[in-house]
Amino acid sequence: MTEAFTIRRYLRDIKLPFCLGCGCVTIISQFLRAVHELGHKDLSKFVFCSGIGCAAWIPSPYFKADSIHTTHGRSIPVATGIKLTRPDLNVVVFGGDGDIAGIGLSHLVHAARRNLDIMVVMVNNMIYGMTGGQVAPTTPLGTKTTTTPYGSFENPLDVPPLVVTAGASYSARWTTAHGEQLKEAMKKALTTRGFAYVEAVSQCPTTFGRRAGFKDVAEIVRWFRENSLPLEEAEKMAVEDLVKKIVVGEYVHRKISTFTEALYRTIREAEKSAKTN
Amino acid sequence: MVRKTFATHFWQGNEACAEAAIAAGCRFFAGYPITPASEIAEHLALRLPQVGGITIQMEDEMASMGAVIGASWAGAKAMTATSGPGFSLMQELIGYAFMTETPCVVVDVQRAGPSTGQATKCGQGDVMQARWGTHGDYTSIALSPNSVQEIFDLTIRAFNLAETYRTPVVLLADEIIAHMREQVVIPPSNQIKIINRKKPKPTDKAFFNREEIAPMPSVGEGYNVSVTGSTHNEYGNRFTADRAVHEKLVKNLIGKIRNNAEKIVDYESYNIDDCDVGVVSFGCTSRAVYETVELAKEKGLPVGSVRLRTIWPFPEEVVRNMAKNVKVIVVPELNMREVFYEVERVIHGTVPVVSVNKIGGGEMITPEELLAEIARSVKKVD
Repeated sequence: MTEAFTIRRYLRDIKLPFCLGCGCVTIISQFLRAVHELGHKDLSKFVFCSGIGCAAWIPSPYFKADSIHTTHGRSIPVATGIKLTRPDLNVVVFGGDGDIAGIGLSHLVHAARRNLDIMVVMVNNMIYGMTGGQVAPTTPLGTKTTTTPYGSFENPLDVPPLVVTAGASYSARWTTAHGEQLKEAMKKALTTRGFAYVEAVSQCPTTFGRRAGFKDVAEIVRWFRENSLPLEEAEKMAVEDLVKKIVVGEYVHRKISTFTEALYRTIREAEKSAKTN
Repeated sequence: MVRKTFATHFWQGNEACAEAAIAAGCRFFAGYPITPASEIAEHLALRLPQVGGITIQMEDEMASMGAVIGASWAGAKAMTATSGPGFSLMQELIGYAFMTETPCVVVDVQRAGPSTGQATKCGQGDVMQARWGTHGDYTSIALSPNSVQEIFDLTIRAFNLAETYRTPVVLLADEIIAHMREQVVIPPSNQIKIINRKKPKPTDKAFFNREEIAPMPSVGEGYNVSVTGSTHNEYGNRFTADRAVHEKLVKNLIGKIRNNAEKIVDYESYNIDDCDVGVVSFGCTSRAVYETVELAKEKGLPVGSVRLRTIWPFPEEVVRNMAKNVKVIVVPELNMREVFYEVERVIHGTVPVVSVNKIGGGEMITPEELLAEIARSVKKVD
């Protein structure tokens, strides 16, 4: 790495839309650092897909790159069409927990099952932020939101192991309190062949922190740090003791056959047999 | 297996649709199994890889439509095929394709609905869904074949229209046309007219929301294109609260089809200047009209016919002209009145319009039944 990191190289000259203290800004910074450290001088080899929600605004239109801002939950299917047609491009999906683990969950699981060669960054702020703070499939038990005024009585979904079970090459979770680890995970995800999932637990001071009883942004980030538990430790603990804990670390990093490899092998064979017959 | 071009085949409608897609340059298909459209996916799963193309079965219809949109922005001509229940699920992303001016073809092989209805039986109840299926303001193109040969021809046209106008195009087939087998003649490939989307010049920056059809870049070409389903200006910049930008965008989306309706509209007419009764029909139902006209002629009753090859935009002028000459217009369809209302709207009550319906069980309206309805209608107005 010879050149210093300048974030403006990768961003359009437009004001970001995020609230003061939003975790999305940390995630933008760590992702673009990862891109920079991998030697990409620009984003010309990348295509970004996103859906609906605050996190979907991360790449679109702020990244100086091709970006497709789709409907709610459908970023992964659109990314599928792009990646299969242009396997030479790095296809990266950004989405919130509502987008990826709520309305779009089946697409996440199936892309992981296929081990489709894309990277998905799920920004988990544990809430539907853009619509004003409704309960999400990731909201911790007991949390007060606008649609759970008495506290959430649903179990939250633990996405990283789900993606592993489905068949992904890479899966990790960190929080915005773990900037360096998050960046390193993103670098691994960008260089792993196959489906790579990175979850970034992120603070939403506006709609989550306020109602969940946090005084300010720093308090949420401190809560992330103090409640985080390395995966290796969590594996030794009882499930009841993990309620309200944030398990962080690398869930899987493996070399397995990927979808585009298998697909293009099939196409080459079919083309060959069509020509010889 | 070599490419099946320049030959005569005995094909099923769905097979003809799949082969036509390949002939039109389609190299990406994403779909989800559904009766009576599955043969299109099955045939393309076999055939597309042979020409370097991709067929993928997605986890549902939203994903299928999403993958088609992604492939189109990656530069491929792309298609999906479904039936009513799947067509309903796709509407969300069909709307996105309208909004983002994404060329693609959606085949809806109609069956009897609503809901699961009768999965293996023919229906024609998706006419209005092909026009108004997704929310908001837009206008659409939908083609209606009535033979296996025409499925082939209109599938190619669907791709050409999608590429010309940068819009999703619906091929509104039905179970009967899709499942029957007929002779198909495929012309030599140099005689098949193929249209490809207009590509931008390196200096172009305005890829949306223009009065003329904007050039379309692909991702990965260095244009840094920003595609969004939110209201946007010609550069793809979002304007989520600006009235003027929204109005300009929606008017352009509608205008590019409405202003070119004359070029898009396609129909077949017979004896419309010299008849007492006019029949407006489409798809499988129109096959009974040919014989009905002959039977009526034998009885001394002059019947004229307009068969819609494009349902949307609706061939307004020919129907309006026919209304000037006839005493009554009869509209047979396998639904409870859809094209009927459009005919009424177009002719402004100048002559009575009679609806002939049959639904369920996959039964056609026979020429005898249609003739009886025509005779009854004539008696009523005389």
